[in-house]
Amino acid sequence: MSTTHVESAIRIRDVTKIFGPAPLEALTALRGGMSKAELQAQTGHVVGLDQVSLEVAKGQIHVVMGLSGSGKSTLIRHVNRLIEPTAGEISVYGANVLEMSLEQLREYRRTRVAMVFQKFGLLPHRSVVDNVAYGLEVRGVRKLEREAEARKWIEIVGLAGYENARPRQLSGGQQQRVGLARALALDTDILLMDEAFSALDPLIRSGMQDQLVSLQKTLNKTILFITHDFDEALKIGDRVAVLKDGAVQQEGPPEEIVLNPANEHIEEFVRDVNKARAIRVRTIMETGPSEPCSIAVPADARCEDVLPLFAEHQWVGVLDASGAQIGRVTARRVIGALARHGARNPSVSTPALETV
Amino acid sequence: MFPELIDTRPLRRGVDDALGWVVTNWGSAFEAAARPLLLLLNAIEALLLATPWWLIIILLTGIAWFATRRWTLPATVLVSLLFLGVMELWKDAMSTTALMLAATLTAIVVSVPVGVWMSRSTRVRGVFTPVLDLMQTLPSFVYLIPTVMIFGPGKIPALIATIIYAAPPLVRLTDLGLRSVDPAVMEASRAFGTNPTQRLLGVQIPLALPTILAGINQTTMMALAMVVIASMIGAGGLGYQVLQGIGRLEVSRGLFAGLGIVVLAIVFDRITQAFGRQLQTRIGVSEVRA
Repeated sequence: MSTTHVESAIRIRDVTKIFGPAPLEALTALRGGMSKAELQAQTGHVVGLDQVSLEVAKGQIHVVMGLSGSGKSTLIRHVNRLIEPTAGEISVYGANVLEMSLEQLREYRRTRVAMVFQKFGLLPHRSVVDNVAYGLEVRGVRKLEREAEARKWIEIVGLAGYENARPRQLSGGQQQRVGLARALALDTDILLMDEAFSALDPLIRSGMQDQLVSLQKTLNKTILFITHDFDEALKIGDRVAVLKDGAVQQEGPPEEIVLNPANEHIEEFVRDVNKARAIRVRTIMETGPSEPCSIAVPADARCEDVLPLFAEHQWVGVLDASGAQIGRVTARRVIGALARHGARNPSVSTPALETV
Repeated sequence: MFPELIDTRPLRRGVDDALGWVVTNWGSAFEAAARPLLLLLNAIEALLLATPWWLIIILLTGIAWFATRRWTLPATVLVSLLFLGVMELWKDAMSTTALMLAATLTAIVVSVPVGVWMSRSTRVRGVFTPVLDLMQTLPSFVYLIPTVMIFGPGKIPALIATIIYAAPPLVRLTDLGLRSVDPAVMEASRAFGTNPTQRLLGVQIPLALPTILAGINQTTMMALAMVVIASMIGAGGLGYQVLQGIGRLEVSRGLFAGLGIVVLAIVFDRITQAFGRQLQTRIGVSEVRA
């Protein structure tokens, strides 16, 4: 994939966050070689993030995946400075977020980044339309204008008819649609989503994921998405970073992580994952000259999208962006790829792992 | 006996002399400063006495209906107010209500900002909490005497004593209400670029309103509890009737005026509580607080 020449929207460099009464002293101790466990036991300081660097390209969905306590929610709150880092640099489109004055920071939050929360964070005393219009109201948009905008987004997220309901009258999925509409109504380029779908039922979650991906196709936002669900990361992420104990373990396109897990921790996630969803046909297709197939899929289609086609076809063509056939796949090839990546792992070949 | 370690007489004399000095040198200044309170009390009292009794009954019954949309509370209010009228307690009841309203209004103006301040700083809370404890536990006669010495007997010391006794619960409940606003909602508000004032007025106060209203309810109740003591230093009203009943050993007078206070308490307690419940359901805060 050609991400090298893509403009970077969010750049996080060596961000460290230490929670406790004297974080700077704790940082010196940490840099002096003290381990996180020692630091916590001796000084009571908790290392939330340890030299995390991350680059989010414009127009991509970048997923940060980690278990609870991995520091993922802390990380996303650094982007709009809901949490101040102990050390490191954060810039958004070249603007240094950490140097902003309080007033500049409020302006930045009002106009550049919008956020969706795991616990929704809706205002219970306001109607749905007033909740969706909240960000615009804070920005100072006139009442008629912001209400029209809010109604538009309520319609887009599929809540038309609920404009005057109160948040508590809605189901969890509906409430999060309100949260999403509230963020989208701000029309910021950057969207921060902190476990936005984690509190929802699996079916509703899946629907919201599809909706987010399709919205992304039309709106082309830059989305930093936090999740603890590896499947979710693979489904919606253009790139995925895996966080553990406040440090990035591996970062790359989902396929790369599934095909080449960097360590045992990631290997554990990959073992249970739906590989047919992670692997795209581009990686496994047969290239070289071939006759046009009667049915074809785009190169970044997933194996799971292709599998049903084999019921009627032997060959499925693979097309590039312009629609020209660049290769083809067979059922045999797809199954082979899924089985191979499932059975053994190229980077980790430890007998110890098998005895676990 | 506990041994006499130091001679406390100079200390006592010092306190007494200091108060005497304040009374002679600052008495009139204090009186002038407290004048707005007196004007407020007199204005409310004049308004209540000038309003025809039937209008007040209609208004309060109407408010009770508006607060509950059921017939039980308006009926209770109607019967209670008719009792006051029939027992020839109307005028005294209006004086007492005026004292209670003036004390409550003043308490709201003072307590809510203090509560807001406390909710924002642990240090401020650390300073005010013992002061509030003192205001609520110190026997009221202890501060009644110096207040009477400074202001002279009359309505002002009565009102001030009532405020001192009745304001603390409102401060505490304002502080509690503001601090217990869901942190997730506060964070979301912050993420959208609000400043502290926008968060206070747009999120915290609306969501804390049921708790603040519970504080106002407590304040009205405590103000009514003070009316007998207040009448000893110059406030009229039902409290004075009770006092006279005790003095003249007229049990009936004391009993009926005392029931009059109870009736007023019931009317105002039920009405403010009903508004609190209405507000809670509107906001969707499910916890029911006293």
